Amino acid sequence: MSIEILMPALSPTMEEGSLAKWHVKVGDTVKAGDVIAEIETDKATMEVEAVDEGTVEALLVDAGTEGVKVNAPIARLSGDDAAPAPKAEAPKAEDKPEPKADKPPPPAAPSQAAGETGATSKAPPAPVSASGDRVMASPLARRLAQAAGLDLAAIKGSGPHGRVVKADVDAARGKAPAAPASAGEAAPATAAPRQTQTLAQMGIPDGSYDLVPLDGMRKTIARRMTDSFRDIPHFPLTIDLEIDGLLAARAKINAMLEKDGGKVSVNDLVLKAVAVALKRVPEANASYSPEGIAMHHHADIAMAVAIDGGLITPIIRKADTKGLAQIAAEAKDLAGRARDRKLKPEEFQGGTFSVSNLGMMGIKSFASIINEPQGCIMSVGAGEQRPVVKNGELAIATVMTVTLTCDHRVVDGAIGSKFLQVFKSLIEDPLTMIV
Amino acid sequence: MSDFDLIVIGAGPGGYVAAIRASQLGLKTAIVERENLGGICLNWGCIPTKALLKSGEVYEQLGHLDAYGLSVTGRSFDFAKVVERSRGVAKQLTAGVAFLMKKHKIEVIEGAAKLEKGQGAPKVVVALKAGGSRTVTAKSVILATGARARTIPAIGAVPDGKAIWAYREALTPKACPKSLVVIGSGAIGIEFASFYRALGAEVTVVEAVDRIMPVEDEEISKAAQKAFEKRGIKFRVGAKVSKVEKTKGGVSVAVEAGGKAETLEAEVCIVAVGIAANTEDLGLEALGLKLDRGHVVADKHGATNVAGLYAIGDVAGAPWLAHKAMHDGVHCVEHIAGVKTPTVTAPVPGCTYANPQVASVGLTEAAAKAAGHEVKVGRFPFKVNGKAIAASETEGFAKTVFDAKTGALLGAHMIGHEVTEMIQGYTIAMTMEGTEEDLFATVFPHPTMSEAMHEAALDAFGKPLHI
Repeated sequence: MSIEILMPALSPTMEEGSLAKWHVKVGDTVKAGDVIAEIETDKATMEVEAVDEGTVEALLVDAGTEGVKVNAPIARLSGDDAAPAPKAEAPKAEDKPEPKADKPPPPAAPSQAAGETGATSKAPPAPVSASGDRVMASPLARRLAQAAGLDLAAIKGSGPHGRVVKADVDAARGKAPAAPASAGEAAPATAAPRQTQTLAQMGIPDGSYDLVPLDGMRKTIARRMTDSFRDIPHFPLTIDLEIDGLLAARAKINAMLEKDGGKVSVNDLVLKAVAVALKRVPEANASYSPEGIAMHHHADIAMAVAIDGGLITPIIRKADTKGLAQIAAEAKDLAGRARDRKLKPEEFQGGTFSVSNLGMMGIKSFASIINEPQGCIMSVGAGEQRPVVKNGELAIATVMTVTLTCDHRVVDGAIGSKFLQVFKSLIEDPLTMIV
Repeated sequence: MSDFDLIVIGAGPGGYVAAIRASQLGLKTAIVERENLGGICLNWGCIPTKALLKSGEVYEQLGHLDAYGLSVTGRSFDFAKVVERSRGVAKQLTAGVAFLMKKHKIEVIEGAAKLEKGQGAPKVVVALKAGGSRTVTAKSVILATGARARTIPAIGAVPDGKAIWAYREALTPKACPKSLVVIGSGAIGIEFASFYRALGAEVTVVEAVDRIMPVEDEEISKAAQKAFEKRGIKFRVGAKVSKVEKTKGGVSVAVEAGGKAETLEAEVCIVAVGIAANTEDLGLEALGLKLDRGHVVADKHGATNVAGLYAIGDVAGAPWLAHKAMHDGVHCVEHIAGVKTPTVTAPVPGCTYANPQVASVGLTEAAAKAAGHEVKVGRFPFKVNGKAIAASETEGFAKTVFDAKTGALLGAHMIGHEVTEMIQGYTIAMTMEGTEEDLFATVFPHPTMSEAMHEAALDAFGKPLHI
């Protein structure tokens, strides 16, 4: 009896992924828990473990195949009750081209958003089923499925000649699990089509550049940032912080931690201060939803980590309940594993507040784009010696500029300012963080 | 053992079509009819009125020949011949139905049916026209008894065959009345108003709602009233009829509108205030058949709460249209025969054959908005359509209502020359769940009035070509 191994969903919102690497070949015997493949999603590379025992009969998807739909068969195992396939036959199986899903259906074009562009956008291309046949569907069903992010090929048609009609899509939509509101991933349906000109139309001739294909992460960044910047009424609030006191405290702390091999960065102190400030100003720890404003119980702080080919925002959960040393240790661990692309989805999905720090790159100040559905993102600039006026006299202080980008639907100017005032007092008098 | 697989009661368009389909599916079928094969539609409704209206239209056009560079002298009509032609048309089609019954080996039982509790489906006891009675049984019984004109005895709106008419009397008058009051501006009232006006009668239409043809889109109502008024038909809208009384010269109709009372005097009054389902004298009460406001309650397959008993067409509720009854009948029989039918949402178009004609399908703009749709609406007038100009038939327009989000065509509304022959274009689009893109992409033949349908779709999205 053969067991089909299906493309796993590594996160609730994952729709497709790339099969980065196979760890097994045809004929290999696997047992439950063995790593059989690596799957690359938008943001991370994950190992796929075998759930059943058996012999690998066939690999249905080549390593390096992009856009493999969740739940598409990727390999076939012969069950443990069957004799392992004779060795002689195994290579044959490998030579024989299996029906491969290496030409997956084109990723659904970003569907239309509500509003006037909605109905005027071009009809979506006819979807293709796994077997390559055109899926029969009414024009309306096609459009509704696309808007809902449903795969037409997976919907059973009840119309004439098995055509998928509106009623079928409605039924499928009723059954489909709703995307969790807290998940950081926006459903692809919310991405609106943007009629962009080609580079050639904009005066950059073909052949004058190399085209780097968009990988999953790039697509996600492009989609989420576009949606956020366009759809969220955001505004920046900027404040200067004197951090001489903070630096002195950090030196003391690090001297104490030195023998344990621990170390605390300015960023760790910023994360701690944010956590405390969010606890004191809970209105800034909130998310907008059409049903109401979600007041988060904990400060789950996402920190932007630059990695090869993009960035990712691993999350320090319940930072409001954690001490500085623990925050520092977690931040270090998460950043390291983020660079190795070894984060688990739950480690980078969600979060209630983001911190992005470009201080180490010498950036004086900047304003980040809101990381949906969070209410705020803090952009931390470089700490540098600047002339300041104190008691009517010119003096020197180490100053760091931070900018808070706020989602005005949740965080008004007064709330954002209140949060920054508390944050400033914590940073400028780090002892108060302990209290 | 049952005598038949299926007995259909009522040989109107719903019943006889159901019987034909049943026969095609191999069911041994009988049909019971108390009057004429073809029912109201063929004998007293759809068909004979179309015959009258054509006569009226041609006669009226003869009066406007100068538009075509033509002239005629001695324009006149022979009213008896006009009516006779209409009856002839009905007769021809009724004979056609008889032929179809024979061809499909459907036993026609002439008489009035009454249902009694049976084993499984109810028994059918027929009081035969020829005398005597006959009891027949079947595995399934379809009630397709239709409906008749509603009367309002409380205000005297009851046909007497002389001065107060319903559709039957209006189809077979001895002479054309000089003056006429029509109560009700639905399709039936408007068609008679249009016909009698064409032959020269002074016609006043009284409508209780604040606009004529209340089931149509408001813009259509408005345009229709204007067009009919141009032809000399008068209207009283938002007007309640408080009394219909026979007088020496004919009839007087007391009307109240906006707090003002008025008495309309005419030779004849036509009562066209809707219809009542034929559920009486069928033994339905004893079976415990569930009714709702006089109509039999049936599910989407026509099944009622009584085992083995189905109901289709007018007796099962609105819309009271022959084509809906036929559609229901086929679907019901296929369900009974266990034929798997695909899911199809089939909107039912409605047509009024006045001059100008009105045709519509799906939701009106107001209904679409009320149903929560964000809409895009398009319009295109025939006055800038090449074919319409060439034919001097420039009255009216086409209107489309789309869902702004999905592009689904929610409804289409037309008024103008022969629009009843065009509405099926939009109906196909809706039945196939088409979107604006499909209508944009459809090549409409040039020059035709149907090009206005294309333009009305384009206009909804801000890109009409010829306006």
